Amino acid sequence: MSMDLSVPETWRVKGPLYRLEAARCKTCGRIHYPPMPACPYCGSRDLERVTLPSEGVLESYSVVYAVPEGSRHKAPVLLGLVRLGRVRVVAEITDADPSELRTGMEVEAVLRRIRSDREAGIIRYGVMFRPKLKGGSRGG
Amino acid sequence: MEGRPEEKTGIHGWGVYVPRYRLPMSEIARVWGWAPEQASGLGMKEKAVAGPDEDSVTMGYEAARNALRRASIEASRVGAVFFGTESKPYAVKPSATIIAEALGITPATMASDLEFACRAASEGLRALIGMVASGLIEYGLVVGSDTAQANPGDVLEFTASSGAVAYIIGPREGAVAHFEGSYTYVTDTPDFWRRAHQPYPLHGEGFTGEPAYFHHIENAVKGLLAELGLKPSDFDYAVFHQPNGKFPLRIARRLGIPKEKVLPGLVTPVIGNTYNASALLGLARVLDIAKPGDRILVAPFGSGAGSDAYSIVVTDAIEERRGLAPLFDDYLERRKEIDYATYAKFRGILNVIK
Repeated sequence: MSMDLSVPETWRVKGPLYRLEAARCKTCGRIHYPPMPACPYCGSRDLERVTLPSEGVLESYSVVYAVPEGSRHKAPVLLGLVRLGRVRVVAEITDADPSELRTGMEVEAVLRRIRSDREAGIIRYGVMFRPKLKGGSRGG
Repeated sequence: MEGRPEEKTGIHGWGVYVPRYRLPMSEIARVWGWAPEQASGLGMKEKAVAGPDEDSVTMGYEAARNALRRASIEASRVGAVFFGTESKPYAVKPSATIIAEALGITPATMASDLEFACRAASEGLRALIGMVASGLIEYGLVVGSDTAQANPGDVLEFTASSGAVAYIIGPREGAVAHFEGSYTYVTDTPDFWRRAHQPYPLHGEGFTGEPAYFHHIENAVKGLLAELGLKPSDFDYAVFHQPNGKFPLRIARRLGIPKEKVLPGLVTPVIGNTYNASALLGLARVLDIAKPGDRILVAPFGSGAGSDAYSIVVTDAIEERRGLAPLFDDYLERRKEIDYATYAKFRGILNVIK
């Protein structure tokens, strides 16, 4: 049975997708997300896992109407560039209409269905960002 | 003589989740030709609808994250995760492990999904009380979460909604509320079911009331009161399973509990019946406003059928934990009204080739 979503890959990326695990380079000190085997800035393989903050700022976004196959049910897809401390992350923005988005608005991480492999395949869960919930600061 | 096992345990954190989208009852009546007063007869205003990227796992995760924040404990100290639902994303593959992994609870933990219509999470709650009291685990997490299904056009569609609730159960010391007792009453009563591979449940219409909901909750509550030597007037709040806005008030009247003690925890009229969350979400709403010393009666119900009754007493610790996560009302205020077509798309009612 052929599948659209790789099972080993889905399993391998759960740390970054579930818990915003990033990699910090012990050589140059920079952090990248998602974690790769070598630092994309200096090439060092001396990396350590760090967890990014779950709240940040929407620095830019794009409203995608020509969505990939399998995403029509959630079109338009809102793709955001989110600053989490020292790191910028590209992720979907959810629970918002395009007209509600503003650069500089506060957003927070939530776990959502990123992709689903048709009717019978695996479901990939992962981080998206939504406009910060009122009262959400209670969560710190 | 040793005290009851329940008295050794308590709630350390509570958390809720309500999706952003709301479907007004008038939309269902408009599309399916119901009488305009049908929804008000059920005590309903509108219901919460999960978005296109949400399911019982994502909603349960957020409720559990809120509960864990309130409990203020390391995730690794949770020794059991029970996930109560009747809308599992996978028929086979645990949802509990996804939530446990995402919260950092894995790997040294028990984890499983429970099914008993709307009371599976309550079964998990009572199991955790026993497991904590016995010393088998230090803390346990129970999650009730559903994207409830209803056959389009069925009267059930007015109430079947989406939402989640979660509790961290642990020792009595440091708890925001401790348990005094619990009592379970189950029989084989076929009031509501969904056969394997069927997308929607069926129910016995009026049969869901008297021999199912009312009989089981009444007996669970009376059993609890007899065991504890308490009477209805000893409670400051009462929360019952809420399949609609009317049944909880009727069972309260039958038990001699004034509706003023029920209304603070009656959330179904504004978000719908969240199935496994339902009564436990109502309890969370009460914990959002309760004062130390308040005694709360909680009685979830599940078709098939059974009910659990709990007596819970709020402690001084509640004030400092309340502000650590969003309240029910914070989620309630986050509201985006949708029409029936959008609801149909979000809930997968439309037949689409994937």
